[in-house]
Amino acid sequence: MKVAVVTFPGSNCDRDCIYVMRDIFSCEVHNVFHKEASLCDCDAVIIPGGFSYGDYLRAGALAKYSPVMKAIQQFAKQGGLVIGICNGFQILCEVGLLPGALVRNRNVRFISRNVELRVENTETAFTSAYEQEQLLWIPIAHAEGNYVADDKTIEELESSGRVVFRYTGPKRQDVPDGNPNGSINSIAGIINEQGNVLGMMPHPERASDERIGSTDGLGVFRSMITSLQQDASYAALTV
Amino acid sequence: MKAKVFVSYRDGVLDPQGQTIYEVLKQHGHDSIHSIRVGKMIEIDLDDMDTNQAKALLEEISDKMLANPITETFRIELP
Repeated sequence: MKVAVVTFPGSNCDRDCIYVMRDIFSCEVHNVFHKEASLCDCDAVIIPGGFSYGDYLRAGALAKYSPVMKAIQQFAKQGGLVIGICNGFQILCEVGLLPGALVRNRNVRFISRNVELRVENTETAFTSAYEQEQLLWIPIAHAEGNYVADDKTIEELESSGRVVFRYTGPKRQDVPDGNPNGSINSIAGIINEQGNVLGMMPHPERASDERIGSTDGLGVFRSMITSLQQDASYAALTV
Repeated sequence: MKAKVFVSYRDGVLDPQGQTIYEVLKQHGHDSIHSIRVGKMIEIDLDDMDTNQAKALLEEISDKMLANPITETFRIELP
């Protein structure tokens, strides 16, 4: 199994993703610099978190123009598995692989803490290792994680099971609904219509080793690997 | 020639920065202010060219890069 982890100037979760895929899941990992126009042959792509281009203009807005993004768009179009975490989610929205946008958190602050997520759909290539409505304890670390989209898009996402993760807690005085950033319908992660592109603000790679407090994020990567092993349509694509 | 592009949030998109500034001003007794929206102003220095040509170029980069059409609108100001 070969996984491409992309590094933009300002990415800071790329090494965590490489660690999880290489050291925990024994995958072959290619660390692809954003200036590369090709992903070589790989089975899945991870766009990690961080602050690509310093979040200048808007989070993800400039990363959209990196040469590697063309290859990723083509890879996704051919059905390849792509996961964007945090800044990766913002980039996927900017390039249009996922609908909607991520705007400033409701409380105007950078929020870095663990949150509780509910798995809303286990019939995806990214969540099959979880139980339906399983609660996960996973960190978030973002200032622009407030998911917005027009009513029609939200309706489509909700009615087709494309809201994959939702914030449910912890409920605190400043966040009585357990929605830390103000996302519409507490949306924390969505997939595209074809089901091969996931964007999520929480960091599963930071919840993948017991030594740092939680392994609840492992299921995302385990699900991807299982899908790749079971489904021939996800066979290695050369882009 | 020099141009300006003004990028602002669409109506209905939460603008917590504008909201916070508004609330602080209100606390300072500025009751005549009803709302504040914060946007961006981008100054662009470009080759001298026909106004329509410049407008087309700026519209293209604004639509594709400077503004996110989902959450923002833009206005171009040419000399």
